[in-house]
Amino acid sequence: MDIKRVKDYFYWLYFQYLLITCSYVLEPWEQSMFHTITVTVFAMVLYTAYVFIPIHVRLAFEFFSQMFGGQPESTV
Amino acid sequence: MANPSAVCNGHLHYHQKQNNLLKSGISKKNGITKGIKKNGVSNGSLSKKAFIEHFEQAPMYVAVLTFVGFGVGTIFGYLRDFMRAWGLEKRNVATEREQQKDFVPLYQDFENFYTRNLYMRIRDNWNRPICSVPGPQFDLMERVTDDYNWTFRFTGRTIKNVINMGSYNYLGFAETDANALKTVAKELQKYGTGICSTRQEMGTLDKHVELEKLVARFLGVEDAMVFGMGFATNSMNIPALVGKGCLILSDELNHTSLVLGARLSGATIRIFKHNNIQSLENLLKDAIIYGQPRSRRAWRKIIILVEGIYSMEGSIVRLPEIVSLKRKYKAYLYLDEAHSIGAVGATGRGVVEYFGMNPDDVDVLMGTFTKSFGAAGGYIAGKKDLVDFLRTHSHSAVYATSMCPPVAEQIIRAMKCLMGLDGTTQGLQRVQKLGKNTRYFRRRLHEMGFIVYGNDDSPVVPLLLYMPGKIGAFARRMLEKSIGVVVVGFPATPITESRARFCVSAAHTREMLDTVLNALDELGDFLHLKYSRYSKSAHPELYEESRFELED
Repeated sequence: MDIKRVKDYFYWLYFQYLLITCSYVLEPWEQSMFHTITVTVFAMVLYTAYVFIPIHVRLAFEFFSQMFGGQPESTV
Repeated sequence: MANPSAVCNGHLHYHQKQNNLLKSGISKKNGITKGIKKNGVSNGSLSKKAFIEHFEQAPMYVAVLTFVGFGVGTIFGYLRDFMRAWGLEKRNVATEREQQKDFVPLYQDFENFYTRNLYMRIRDNWNRPICSVPGPQFDLMERVTDDYNWTFRFTGRTIKNVINMGSYNYLGFAETDANALKTVAKELQKYGTGICSTRQEMGTLDKHVELEKLVARFLGVEDAMVFGMGFATNSMNIPALVGKGCLILSDELNHTSLVLGARLSGATIRIFKHNNIQSLENLLKDAIIYGQPRSRRAWRKIIILVEGIYSMEGSIVRLPEIVSLKRKYKAYLYLDEAHSIGAVGATGRGVVEYFGMNPDDVDVLMGTFTKSFGAAGGYIAGKKDLVDFLRTHSHSAVYATSMCPPVAEQIIRAMKCLMGLDGTTQGLQRVQKLGKNTRYFRRRLHEMGFIVYGNDDSPVVPLLLYMPGKIGAFARRMLEKSIGVVVVGFPATPITESRARFCVSAAHTREMLDTVLNALDELGDFLHLKYSRYSKSAHPELYEESRFELED
């Protein structure tokens, strides 16, 4: 019973995605093309986030800590 | 309540009585006094009736997602057009013959871009053939498509008893009950179906005279004239009333027939914002102060074109304010009551009665018999001089065939039923049932959380869908649940505001409305349509209150 509810919920999410992007009205081959493009773009966004965000966060942290943390050291 | 004996008292007595009472401003029709009506106003200058209209805006993300949807549709439209142009796909639209390729093009391909690429994909939701009378329920012919809506074929089955939420059957006169249609059948036997002549030649029958007298009596005016076609009533008579050198002030959302009539007349047309009294007053002031564009002469005539109920918004015209404006600036008022005659007002006499006003306040009363009376055709009513002028000068009277007698008899019997002249209270019951159904339906929709436009008393209920993908999904799923709805999209409505329009009828029973409401509830959750951020209160006005001086 629970599995069915989960499956229904995912189907509902998929249907919302179809309605919002207006791919509900497209023919099946157009839908496949659209899904491929969307999934590709989304995967690329995720990959970029995975590769770059930790490095940028670390660099930003170092930059700000140098600005504030560096002051007391220089006066002493 | 209605007192049949007062009606049968004698035709002359009733007529005199009505005339007297009209002069004193209190109308007593069918023995019912205005006192019974909740906000009965007998002076008629400015109504104190509560005027609650809703035009709630959806959250911003909805508009963004709507544009995203249209964007995707447009991109795929370009792709398909490219494939069609380069021969990668079969062309289903009209194209020219090979031999004419060097001529001036017959078909402007880009103009039909939207039709070809977006409308065609969900076309199965419109023009569905029905095979029974469009009463509260009807039968549909089942049709399927093999090539994505370019062609259809019928399977031979009919879908029975689909609840009809799309027909303008406000009072339920679209019926096949043999008892009710006795007189119509008799007239059909007596007169046949065709007139084969125009009003001015040999097409004026005694039926027309009888109908016109009845319409004038129903509306409380001096005289009326009927025409065979409702659309033609507007488009053929406005050119007869105004011409070059006149000014037409027309509401933003007026119907095509009014727009066509205004354009055909050759007068100058200026548009004011929908139901916005301030905008109208600014236009009137400019017209009086500056006059005609180059010569600065005074306008020959200024006429204001409004509708009683606007069919796409469900809003009711602000008649008392417009009448006070027209009196102040000496303009004429043309009121198109296509959807409001029979549907609003305590006894079904339209917006004039709804606001408790005198029919003499409106210069030209126009209406159609297509909606509340279950017939076809239109009328123009007003002072006798006006109607006599139209009898000689209207294009429709000179060139168009007149209304055919069985249709005229249907209108006569519907109107007599409505006025109580057939000795029953059925007409009044229908009007009250419509009012009850309207209020119930609108209240439940608001409570469920849908965004619904329009006035609380109007039987036209537009439910907003916004996204183009949902238009097709909504209509198809409602049909699967055996409910027929009308959905409207881009060219008829603004691009972000596509909607489903329900027309409540007096013939709908409470059970039918509950079925529809439960289906809407389910579908609203499944399609995520419940955008309303308020769930029972009226949204505050979207424009500031107009201030203007009133002259008595």
